[in-house]
Amino acid sequence: MSDLKLVRISQSYGPRQIIDDLTFHLQEGHIGCLLGPSGCGKTTVLRCIAGFEPITAGHIEIGGDVVSSPARLTPPEKRQIGMVFQDYALFPHLNVAGNIAFGLGKHDASHKNQRVEELLSLTGLLDSASKFPHQLSGGQQQRVALARALAPKPHMLLMDEPFSNLDVELRERLSLEVRDILKREGMTALIVTHDQNEAFGIADIVGVMHQGAIQQWDTPYNLYHQPANRFVADFIGQGVFLPGMVMNNSMVEIELGVLHGMIPTDCDATGCDQCAHDCYVDVLIRPDDIVHDDESLLMAEVENKAFRGAEFLYTLKLPSGTRALSLVPSHHDHAIGERIGIKLAVDHVVAYRRLS
Amino acid sequence: MPETTLLAAKTPATGVFAFTRPTSWQVIAILIALLVVIPVVVIFSAWGKSETDILRHMAEFVLPELLSNTFWLLLGVGLGVTFLGVSLAWLTAMCDFPGRGFFSWALLLPLAIPAYVLAFVVIGLLDFTGPLQTALREAFGPLKLPQIRSRGGVILVMSLALYPYVYLIARNAFMTQGRTALEAAQSLGVNRWQGFFRVALPMARPWIAAGVMLALMETLADFGTVAIFNYDTFTTAIYKAWFSLFSLSAASQLASILIVFVLVLVLAEQHSRSNMKYGTVGRSVSHRRIVLSRKQGWLAAIYTGGVFSIAFLIPMVQLLIWAFDAAATDLDARYWAFVRHSLWLSGLGAFIVTLLALLLGYAGRQQPGHSMLLIQRIATIGYAIPGAVLAVGIFIPVAWLDNQLIDWLKPHGWQGTALLKGTLLVMLLAYAVRFLAVGFGSVDAGLQRITRSIDEAARVMGSHTWSLLSRIHLPMLRASLFTAAALSFVDIMKEMPITLMTRPFGWDTLAVRVFEMTSEGEWERAALPSVAIVLAGLLPVIFLASRGDKQ
Repeated sequence: MSDLKLVRISQSYGPRQIIDDLTFHLQEGHIGCLLGPSGCGKTTVLRCIAGFEPITAGHIEIGGDVVSSPARLTPPEKRQIGMVFQDYALFPHLNVAGNIAFGLGKHDASHKNQRVEELLSLTGLLDSASKFPHQLSGGQQQRVALARALAPKPHMLLMDEPFSNLDVELRERLSLEVRDILKREGMTALIVTHDQNEAFGIADIVGVMHQGAIQQWDTPYNLYHQPANRFVADFIGQGVFLPGMVMNNSMVEIELGVLHGMIPTDCDATGCDQCAHDCYVDVLIRPDDIVHDDESLLMAEVENKAFRGAEFLYTLKLPSGTRALSLVPSHHDHAIGERIGIKLAVDHVVAYRRLS
Repeated sequence: MPETTLLAAKTPATGVFAFTRPTSWQVIAILIALLVVIPVVVIFSAWGKSETDILRHMAEFVLPELLSNTFWLLLGVGLGVTFLGVSLAWLTAMCDFPGRGFFSWALLLPLAIPAYVLAFVVIGLLDFTGPLQTALREAFGPLKLPQIRSRGGVILVMSLALYPYVYLIARNAFMTQGRTALEAAQSLGVNRWQGFFRVALPMARPWIAAGVMLALMETLADFGTVAIFNYDTFTTAIYKAWFSLFSLSAASQLASILIVFVLVLVLAEQHSRSNMKYGTVGRSVSHRRIVLSRKQGWLAAIYTGGVFSIAFLIPMVQLLIWAFDAAATDLDARYWAFVRHSLWLSGLGAFIVTLLALLLGYAGRQQPGHSMLLIQRIATIGYAIPGAVLAVGIFIPVAWLDNQLIDWLKPHGWQGTALLKGTLLVMLLAYAVRFLAVGFGSVDAGLQRITRSIDEAARVMGSHTWSLLSRIHLPMLRASLFTAAALSFVDIMKEMPITLMTRPFGWDTLAVRVFEMTSEGEWERAALPSVAIVLAGLLPVIFLASRGDKQ
């Protein structure tokens, strides 16, 4: 197993910059995830690590060895990286055992068989060893792809949207299974996905990507509660920005009251002296930051509602006319147009300089 | 198990041989399929009434040679087209070298030259009296060079003429499924050249096999090439049995042996096609072709360029030179009569093929199911049946029908001896059977694009069978129908044995003229009608090439 280091890498197709000065470090044995909307360049990063694409600046290290730099490109087959492709790319002319054994180059037959056996049992495919890919379900194909990638004991594993071809239920179950398998093997792995639930479910650490750059490389908890910038705040979870005014370096006032806590990530003066009274900010309010309370004097009109089973997601119209979201337990069923009492329950203040 | 017995009890009712009353669409489809079935049955039934002395003569003197000739020809052409087709497909699909873009479509051009045209051009060029050997003799004195009129020569010519079948389909396979699979192989520690043999080639095997089978079917069906080389195979033997020995039953018996070969190939082809559906891997992501080193790149360019020159460029130039020389004397009223006959027959044949293809496709749409699929399959199997076989198989029942009609008409004062035999009927029926698959392929593809919901939308708005056909289907099918007609038009124009064996008196076409001139060794005079055939043949190739670009 090895760690993975990307240092200030860039890549472009002609004039189009696909990856722009991107850096991160994935520690040995960790599962990392690149999360971003389609077209953000995340798959290209993966293909650069695998060696299918050259880079134009920076370098990539696996286990301390430089494998990619503008001057040098170790070919994919020499990198000892396992890869699970989005469509699995199983070899249709080989059966399950044959697919898994494919990468086990020059070992003798008994050693090969033993390794194949190990992986079949690790992935729960012992009964399917002699089946061909087209005879397997989507979930089974996915596990064969994983087993095939792990078989040669690679330095690390790359997975490109590994669950996107599966239906939702299977997706959740399999991602847990895969995490379990990777952890048992102590494998360093990097996954690419556009689905944050998937990312949060499987990864130790997540990099949110936008326009070819990493916006934040952090744990799922921090991405949600302490987003590093507006893009991350917007992309991860739900929520709205409410206009607010900084009062001092621990207080910001919004329409619904005064919030206490460390202020503005983005308000450049840490002490916030010079902006004491006229620094306008946008404060991120998540649906769980607004709590329904019949006692409260603060009222808002229900403009829309979506039933989620355990709770309702209400779109509320505040007195000023701005809108906010609120998650309310589902036994509080209010009609559209009704006015309900609300109060704030904000743990972390997340605010950015007002966009003029 | 109760379920299984229930299923088993149900099967006969829903199965292929269900004895429910067929609908009118099924009747139409079955009638079309009978056009194929009857000739085959007729040919096999010839074993009942054998003319023993001719048969004994054949078994002793002719058959062994025919069998060994056919065997070596199939083996040689099979290996030749596989090697040429696969290597060229791999180079143009996966590697980068100078001229790749040009060659990737230009390598299809040999499809436009019928094998029998390539045959006489190659003989004309490489024979003892040809320009090459003459020049070599003048330079180096008397030489002992391999004979072009030999088994090797036939195999060479046919391989050069037929490799595009393998090239086209293998290239498609490499382009659509080689990529992600190759990358997967690389991520498992296999370099790209090993990946070709361990992944790309085995994965493309069903495609390659299907392409080779098609090429071999053409080899079996070929008449003109082997006739020019004096290399006796079943097709030439059938021709001789009919026109030299005047024995239709000997011709049928030879035809029936040939059909057994064909059926083996058809089964092999269908088997590989059924394997194809498992063969695709992934979408093609953005990819880079293998960048060859400078030296490798030039070697690849020389190889592809060499094949292209030998299979197309040099023969074309020679053909044009000869045609130009012959034009002075041969471009007369007779020549224009050949052209007129060719156009007439091809047009008429293309119309019939397209009409039958439309009916068959439409029947499948109105009455889908397993039995219909089987009927369609049988009806379109004619592409595999050699023209010489069809000529015999259709002539016999038509002649029989003719005699019945005459017997029936005689008491009413009819005096003639032939009613249908001297007409275009036999020839047009044979064309229809042989080329229905070509037309049906594009018509059916067009019909598949008209989804059920389009039909249903039209129905909801009150459009029924005929108005549905005229207002929705025909306008949507226009391009497919045109393609079907154009492809079968060109195929009929190139066709030689059916035309030669069943044409009514006075209906000589361009292909017949080529046969007559080549059988007298008059290459220059054969070139003029050939040029017209090749020009017509370029049309579908350009169509194929442009479709390949879009993919």
